[in-house]
Amino acid sequence: MGHVSRARDFVADAERTTWHDAALWFVRAKRDAAVDLVPDWERLRDAAAAIKREALARLPELWLEFESKATRAGAVVHWARDAAEANAVVTRLLRERGITRVVKSKSMLTEECGLNPWLARHGIEVVDTDLGERIVQLRDEPPSHIVMPAIHLRRSEVGETFTRTLGAPEGLSDPDALAALARRDLRARFLAAQAGITGANFAVAETGSLVVVSNEGNVDLGTALPPLHIACVGLEKIVPAKRDLPVFLRLLARSATGQAITAYTSHFGGPLRTAAAEGAGAKTQRQLHVVIVDNGRSRLLGQPAFREALACIRCGACLNTCPVYRRSGGHSYASVIPGPIGSVLEPARDARAHAELPHACTLCGSCSEICPVQIPLDRQLLAWRGVLASSGLHPRRRRLALGFAAALLARPRLAALAGGLGRRLARVLPPAVVARLARPWTRERALPPLPAASFRTLYRARRSTARPAPATSARGEAAPR
Amino acid sequence: MRIGLFIPCYVDQLRPAVGIATVRLLEAFGLPFEFPEDQTCCGQPFLTAGERAQACRFAARFVDVFADYDRVVTPSGSCAAMIRSHLAELVSDRRARALAGRTRELCELLVECDADRGRVGRFPHRVGLHASCHALRSLRHGQPSESRAGASAGGGGGEGGGEGPAGGAPAADDGRAPLDPARRLLAAQAGIELVALARRDDGCGVGGIFCVEEEAVSCRMGHDRLADHERAGAAIVTSTDVSCLLQLEGLARRRGSPLVFRHVAEILAEGWLGPDEGADGPSPSCGPASPADGPPPIGSPPAGAPDGPR
Repeated sequence: MGHVSRARDFVADAERTTWHDAALWFVRAKRDAAVDLVPDWERLRDAAAAIKREALARLPELWLEFESKATRAGAVVHWARDAAEANAVVTRLLRERGITRVVKSKSMLTEECGLNPWLARHGIEVVDTDLGERIVQLRDEPPSHIVMPAIHLRRSEVGETFTRTLGAPEGLSDPDALAALARRDLRARFLAAQAGITGANFAVAETGSLVVVSNEGNVDLGTALPPLHIACVGLEKIVPAKRDLPVFLRLLARSATGQAITAYTSHFGGPLRTAAAEGAGAKTQRQLHVVIVDNGRSRLLGQPAFREALACIRCGACLNTCPVYRRSGGHSYASVIPGPIGSVLEPARDARAHAELPHACTLCGSCSEICPVQIPLDRQLLAWRGVLASSGLHPRRRRLALGFAAALLARPRLAALAGGLGRRLARVLPPAVVARLARPWTRERALPPLPAASFRTLYRARRSTARPAPATSARGEAAPR
Repeated sequence: MRIGLFIPCYVDQLRPAVGIATVRLLEAFGLPFEFPEDQTCCGQPFLTAGERAQACRFAARFVDVFADYDRVVTPSGSCAAMIRSHLAELVSDRRARALAGRTRELCELLVECDADRGRVGRFPHRVGLHASCHALRSLRHGQPSESRAGASAGGGGGEGGGEGPAGGAPAADDGRAPLDPARRLLAAQAGIELVALARRDDGCGVGGIFCVEEEAVSCRMGHDRLADHERAGAAIVTSTDVSCLLQLEGLARRRGSPLVFRHVAEILAEGWLGPDEGADGPSPSCGPASPADGPPPIGSPPAGAPDGPR
């Protein structure tokens, strides 16, 4: 049905919910500790938000600058209006070269575009090389987190998957053994790959270069071994200058995993020029193709209420801190990007399909506080609710119930009467009937003991009978006790 | 100074004792107030459900009812946050912005009036203070665990403009993290022990209609909060918000937990003023419906409890 029912299914496994929540809270705590070592954390956030604001305001000129610099450095730049165009460009580049085996490092953009299934349909094998991403690929599942794609899985479940797909012995659940097994399998695929696909964390206009951060070395291996590197970059990834990078790199690794810096920060300024490649001569000329993808981003740029969401650097901190995400799992969102940022971005792509996501949230505001680029996520989630309600995309039942409540509460005397009647009824009716009427509150919760009189009534009685209030005594004179 | 008392609709109907405790505190500290009878809901549930037009009507009414007061006080962090953060955006009326800035959650007002200076209260119990998300992050009652905003200059201000302190919660003199007024007032009670929670600001799971629409996740969030308070050894759980307490109490009662739930106003009134001896007898409705299914009354310290200064 929607987030509600998928979340209910997730929560029904209490033990899984407990460790899922604990695993994410562990990452959150690691992030807190890492952040504590940066004295100017909040100023770093200010700086990042300001750079992103500037970049979004100058988006067209920055990308044109990127294009000319990247082209001069030997890269080929492509523009894709939407997912279909992006997939078509990638497919054409591969088919022109007769390529059928591709390795890919983690990229939420290609998830968004559905690149993997698209290429598979065109007879091209894509292997995800990030371990977590590889695990969910072998299970034919989408990632449940944008940084830790397999965070929803127990070690034993990974073992079962590897037994089924990689010939691991039954019952294997040792993480080192599992990782070694995946590495062995991946190594062969790296060596056989004819092209490497990556995303990009940042595109630098000043230099025309791309920056990709990773922890497993798979980005470097996947771009250094095959002669063709295709980088898919979302329109929001541009930053003006090289000097902006330290701000984001410091924020990103700490916010994402609590690391001071990721194990690898790979810079691509044109096709790789290695001694081996140069020695091999022009026949194996290495190539870098950059596919710049819009897919709804420019439309979001035109919506002031939601524009700031384009500043997102995909660190996942808002997921880790979200009390709902931690207890409902990434798959409950049924979207490419789950959690608070997903609940803002997904309705922008398809409001009808994701109309309930902005309600998978208690508006606690932790996401906005933790966001390294200060996206006001809770305000945007609230704004979406208003937009979706007025577009008629909210369930009728909700609107009717709220309309009824509003009509009653707008008349305080009537509301007091109804309240009194309700409380009296709740006392005379059998408890089972009352509980039934008050569902779903009462499924797991007791009703509060209902008072005989409302505050209004008690206050009136108090004012008429009790001693006069010491209304004129100076502050502090009215001695208690 | 004229103070308008705003009692949230659900407090009026479900926990009138919290309103009475608020009244006792205001009376005892010589803060002259009125309770305008034509007040109603502040509109928050409609705003958070996306029904903006409805929310605007309630917000406009709030302005009409309270615009003439120097201060509006309410025993709810969440409703105060609604007024301070959203009133001006919902009502174009010129008075709205100023009114937003003059609205206080009860503990903020008491701290602003130095209610705890030179006054000794007594509440010898182990208390868990549940942080209401809106009091914490919107009113800036203390520093959220994920934020480092207090570390640099400025502290955290609220969004409401107008008169009075921007955030209501007093910032420490050195510009560091804002203080939590509820914690400060509770700590002024002799004998009280505020237990340390493992996750001091994870949410309870209410979130307006979230608590019924996303019932499963909501309850799980509440259970996790309860477990934290139980592990920390709390006997009483308190909060600036009745909504959080109704959620936690509903879950606790169903599973037979001995935890007792009291709004901060109730604890402060009892600590400073003793049990209510008003016309209707002590705390007519904050206690359980019947002695059998409810928590024991508070106020009588357990035998052997340390006797704090009076």
